[in-house]
Amino acid sequence: MILTKAQYKEIAQCLVSVPPTRQSLRKLNQSRATLLSIFSQEYQKHIKRTHAKHHTSEAIESYYQRYLNGVVKNGAAPVLLDLANEVDYAPSLMARLILERFLQEHEETAPSKSVINSMLRDPSQIPDGVLANQVYQCIVNDCCYGPLVDCIKHAIGHEHEVLLRDLLLEKNLPFLGEDQLRAKGCDKTPDFILQVPVAVEGHIIHWIESKASFGDECSHHAYLHDQFWSYWNRSWTGIPIRENGEGKYRDVRLHAGLEKPCLLRKGFRGV
Amino acid sequence: MAAVLESLLREEVSVAAVVRWIARSTRGSEDNPGEAAALSSLRPLRKEFVPFLLNFLREQSSRVLPQGPPTPAKAPGASAALPGRPGGPSRGSRGARSQLFPPTEAPSTAAEAPLARRGGRRRGPGPARERGGRGLEEGVSGENLPGAGGRRLRGSGSPSRPSLTLSDPPNLSNLEEFPPVGSVPPGPAGTKPSRRINPTPVSEERSLSKPKTCFTSPPISCVPSSQPSALDTSPWGLGLPPGCRSLQEEREMLRKERSKQPQQSPTPTCPTPELGSPLPSRAGSLTDEPADPARVSSRQRLELVALVYSSCIAENLVPNLFLELFFVFQLLTARRMVTAKDSDPELSPGVLDSLESPLFQSIHDCVFFAVQVLECHFQVLSNLDKGTLKLLAENERLLCFSPALQGRLRAAYEGSVAKVSLAMPPSAQAVSFQPETDNRANFSSDRAFHTFKKQRDVFYEVLREWEDHHEEPGWDFEKGLGSRIRAMMGQLSAACSHSHFVRLFQKQLLQMCQSPGGAGGTVLGEAPDVLSMLGADKLGRLWRLQERLMAPQSSGGPCPPPTFPGCQGFFRDFILSASSFQFNQHLMDSLSLKIRELNGLALPQHEPNDEDGESDVDWQGERRQFAVVLLSLRLLAKFLGFVAFLPYRGPEPPPTGELQDSILALRSQVPPVLDVRTLLQRGLQARRAVLTVPWLVEFLSFADHVVPLLDYYRDIFILLLRLHRSLVLSQESEGKMCFLNKLLLLAVLGWLFQIPTVPEDLFFLEEGPSDAFEVDTVAPEHGLDAAPVVDQQLLYTCCPYIGELRKLLALWVSGSSGRSGGFMRKITPTTTTGLGAQPSRTSQGLQARLAHAFFHNQPPSLRRTVEFVAERIGSNCVKHIKATLVADLVRQAESLLQEQLVTQGEEGGDPAQLLEILCSQLCPHGAQALALGREFCHRKSPGAVRALLPEETPAAVLSSAENIAVGLATEKACAWLSANITALIRREVKAAVSRTLRAQGPEPAARGERRGCSRACEHHAPLPSHLISEIKDVLSLAVGPRDPDEGVSPEHLEQLLGQLGQTLRCRQFLCPPAEQHLAKCSVDLASLLVADQIPILGPPAQYRLERGQARRLLHMLLSLWKEDFQGPVPLQLLLSPRNVGLLADTRPREWDLLLFLLRELVEKGLMGRMEIEACLGSLHQAQWPGDFAEELATLSNLFLAEPHLPEPQLRACELVQPNRGTVLAQS
Repeated sequence: MILTKAQYKEIAQCLVSVPPTRQSLRKLNQSRATLLSIFSQEYQKHIKRTHAKHHTSEAIESYYQRYLNGVVKNGAAPVLLDLANEVDYAPSLMARLILERFLQEHEETAPSKSVINSMLRDPSQIPDGVLANQVYQCIVNDCCYGPLVDCIKHAIGHEHEVLLRDLLLEKNLPFLGEDQLRAKGCDKTPDFILQVPVAVEGHIIHWIESKASFGDECSHHAYLHDQFWSYWNRSWTGIPIRENGEGKYRDVRLHAGLEKPCLLRKGFRGV
Repeated sequence: MAAVLESLLREEVSVAAVVRWIARSTRGSEDNPGEAAALSSLRPLRKEFVPFLLNFLREQSSRVLPQGPPTPAKAPGASAALPGRPGGPSRGSRGARSQLFPPTEAPSTAAEAPLARRGGRRRGPGPARERGGRGLEEGVSGENLPGAGGRRLRGSGSPSRPSLTLSDPPNLSNLEEFPPVGSVPPGPAGTKPSRRINPTPVSEERSLSKPKTCFTSPPISCVPSSQPSALDTSPWGLGLPPGCRSLQEEREMLRKERSKQPQQSPTPTCPTPELGSPLPSRAGSLTDEPADPARVSSRQRLELVALVYSSCIAENLVPNLFLELFFVFQLLTARRMVTAKDSDPELSPGVLDSLESPLFQSIHDCVFFAVQVLECHFQVLSNLDKGTLKLLAENERLLCFSPALQGRLRAAYEGSVAKVSLAMPPSAQAVSFQPETDNRANFSSDRAFHTFKKQRDVFYEVLREWEDHHEEPGWDFEKGLGSRIRAMMGQLSAACSHSHFVRLFQKQLLQMCQSPGGAGGTVLGEAPDVLSMLGADKLGRLWRLQERLMAPQSSGGPCPPPTFPGCQGFFRDFILSASSFQFNQHLMDSLSLKIRELNGLALPQHEPNDEDGESDVDWQGERRQFAVVLLSLRLLAKFLGFVAFLPYRGPEPPPTGELQDSILALRSQVPPVLDVRTLLQRGLQARRAVLTVPWLVEFLSFADHVVPLLDYYRDIFILLLRLHRSLVLSQESEGKMCFLNKLLLLAVLGWLFQIPTVPEDLFFLEEGPSDAFEVDTVAPEHGLDAAPVVDQQLLYTCCPYIGELRKLLALWVSGSSGRSGGFMRKITPTTTTGLGAQPSRTSQGLQARLAHAFFHNQPPSLRRTVEFVAERIGSNCVKHIKATLVADLVRQAESLLQEQLVTQGEEGGDPAQLLEILCSQLCPHGAQALALGREFCHRKSPGAVRALLPEETPAAVLSSAENIAVGLATEKACAWLSANITALIRREVKAAVSRTLRAQGPEPAARGERRGCSRACEHHAPLPSHLISEIKDVLSLAVGPRDPDEGVSPEHLEQLLGQLGQTLRCRQFLCPPAEQHLAKCSVDLASLLVADQIPILGPPAQYRLERGQARRLLHMLLSLWKEDFQGPVPLQLLLSPRNVGLLADTRPREWDLLLFLLRELVEKGLMGRMEIEACLGSLHQAQWPGDFAEELATLSNLFLAEPHLPEPQLRACELVQPNRGTVLAQS
């Protein structure tokens, strides 16, 4: 789906106050995938902005106390989820916060990150049954964060890569995949490096990176920063591409209006 | 000094004698004894003649010509300060201008004394004797000057002296154009010459990045005074010796100077003929004054001076050839001259006798003089670029004054191929990632590798930001990027990281700046020279456009200071901002190394008799290669000089006296960063000056004030001076340096001699017998110098300031008023390519000599082809061996390792030991590599040579070439293989071993064989991400919170599990993490089914899943777990306290589904009984509500009690259940 910048802004405006849970997102009926993607991105921006204020020790302490009070009253109620929604924080992240706090209290040593992650992935490992349920509830209800969402994102990335690979094979464009590049010792690897560059709308393309998320400007810039320029820095020009809305890549040449700034910047600096 | 000139003007001595005298040439045997006597008395002043002459001409022209400051006041006070001539005060009529002359207090009063008294005039034998005199035939056609009757017009300081007022004068006091020439200053020491204009007090601006004071343009006097102004306070031309000025005065001058700077706008504020009306205040006409040969005032005198001047130029007695040409061009294109009211040129037609009367009394004189000089330098002119030639040939004044010269120029223009291209510069590009040097193996640790990875990105980020912002006004490099750069440099802790970064830096530098386009940047109006592109006609309209587009360039002019144009500025600022000692040191090391490497590059040599078309094509390539090497060298040397002398340069003036001595003593201890002296000596000996000198000049141009005083560098300067003197353009002979090569060297050396840090006396004080220089070159028969490696493109690229000549002419054509603060900068980009790999000359022995001889008689392209083929085939050979032999060995190693692991069991022994065993078995096989390599080269090389050489190559030549290529390729490949094959095998085997051992290690289950999708699969299954998302939705519905109307239909659940099956069977899009999550989600789903926690959509009566449906779904799940999941499924989670606990919340509790599930699990072999028992056992340890614990115990017992029932019996639990109706009521 191609959106103009103005449309995007309008949508983002509307989505700004919605919590990231399934229940609330049910209301976004129309072209759910795209809206969800936009929402997810806007929400992540929002979380990035407000992340710090939830991580002060006072905030954590107050959340924890509220959680304890809540579960004492009714352990079956969605205490943690409600708390997260109330303070406008992602449920999964709230769950992590409380879990950390809980483990700090119940174990001598501070829990390692990997222990926390593993408990979030499988709440059965959480020693406290009530907390396990609360955490699980947060995770399955969170549409933007959490191990399940991460996995979905990863899976989408992988799927798109596969689609792209098929497309390249179909078009008979020889390429080197990420694994081959890594084997060669490259430090940064796009999804595909074309062994023979192709021209796309007048731009010479060396690499293709598939991005599954909706390409808003901010994420585009973030990617630019993290990845695309890194590729350029290694003398590769290329094209990040995105899903065209129907879940299929018709062509390498996706209409990605927001990709243009990257492509057109100083003529993409030659090859 | 003036005495010499005067005696010359009086024709007491011949021009030739004077020039010989100056050059102290040994060829003076034919000197007339009288001349010799006259000159010998002046001997002590010999050195000062040229500076005197140059200053004299500048002074004279400034009186007549445009663009100087207003004629200085002839205040009596000024005459008191006349340069130490004994008769100075009484001879003040020469005006303040003469104080621009080297104020001399030399004891040689004898030289000056005769001047005033010498009354005898005799006509000399005529100047035509001198070389270059041919121009006189045309010139001496005018009136016969009554030379003998010459008289001094006026007395000292007479105010009635004709004073000429100029409009639009060439800016003589513009040190940028006319840097002062050394001379002897006044003062007690009395020996150190100083520059022409002493008051150059602005020392603050002598910082590294800014143009030197003496290069800054002086203010343009907007409305030139038509009167000699008694109030004139301009510092320029007052000529007071510096000692006379108080500091206060200097400050005042500086202040005024600054206040005038803004006037140097791109367009003069003075009205120009195109833009405004003539200024009524001017006495004279403002339109271009036509120059008329018939109205030249003192033809003979001008001829003489022109001849002397030309000879000095021709003999390289002047420091900068192009500066003089520029001056002459200025004279040629002088626009107009306004005479003062009291002047009457007709009054003094015959003044010839002395220097007292102005040399140039009118535009006609200037043009005449200029044409005279140009005639003597036709050869240089004819080698300028085509555009300049065209403009010259079209110059109507030239046509008018010397039709013959114009004809020759036109012919030269028509024959010229020296088009200097104005192609746009290529856009910048990043250095590509080089696996050989940039991969992990080249770093000491993972950390260093990753740090460098980040740094690379930061570096380019900074670079891009600079590209985007540096042209914005108010953007400051240090403010914008400084802290980021320093933070990045701070991370470079390991020495190895520094060298990595420096390599990147240097490569990027070369890539961006090596092409001249890169040096110019892409600023609008800067890239192509608009004026010269459009030609003369439309320039009137362009003028206004130009006005708007062009920013003043403070660094223009024929002698710009060393600068960092375009992208180079980034690298300079980066170095400055980084201010990292380590970085600078590594950078110097790296630059030195690269300079040595490039300087020593065996560039193809010219075979002078090779004149056919084919070699012409080859020469294009060789020139290009030479240009690339030279430009790279210059760039590297410039930065090396910049960094190397950075610690010693500062804004403060050079030290003097004892301080200087101590600094000298200290500095002489410091070894030079690069042994440039040796490189220069070797370069000269090997006749490679044309390569070495240009980069050396770049290096030296950044030297600080102390450097030229150090013995080491003094030697270098002396060598350079001798070289400069020896490069007489008119001497051309076989085996000597080519004309354009000479011209390049003269241009760069001339430029160097004008750099402020190079002491002004150096050029004139050096006793350089030019012939001595020639002796010590024990040269190979054909050095690079003799090869036509330089073309106009390269010349203009290296010396963009030569383009100023063209601009001068173009501006003359355009009618713009010229010097108005800055010319457009001239860009002459070439297309350059990366350095081709240079074949090394490794072959020795007779065979090699034979091969060498073979190539000698063949076109150079043959040799290049063969060497290229050998290089590539050799390299391919190594790659081929890697891919075949080594890969085979690695496979062997892997299978051996597997065997080893099987025989030795799980552990397999110590990896290092294993590796040793494997290597000892495999490395001997490496010996095959040489044989294989030889075979490969034999097989591949001949075909490649044949394909690349012309079809018509004779068979014998072809086969020889093939053989040589085979030999060279084999040599190259075998040399590498024999040295490295063992290490290579070892490395690859090691990697294979660690790979295998790693794979052996954790998660043996994960390594279980994976099936792909079936052959018929069309990959239409739902995507895993979609399924995870769907299942997640069901889970979240089940866990709640949910709205009352929410739920799933049983059909949807069934469909979901069906899709899951499809996805698992088509593995196209499935990645292991996704499968893991799907497995876990499916287990969660099963638990929820068992606990009947899934809200079912439908009429309230069916709000719970029917048992049969639940079982069907569980069956589907079981089958998925059994058949379709390829990774491990965490089935034990079914019995985790949390999932079993779900049952606790349901009332009434239904255990039958759980029991059913457990039995099926055992039945299908998905879980063992023991495993389940263990899980059930651990469940008891958890804390449960009392009744739940009881029921759980019952379940355990039930399960354990009925071990092998084929058909599950399920109703047992119903005994403890209330009926369903009550359950509904409760919920």
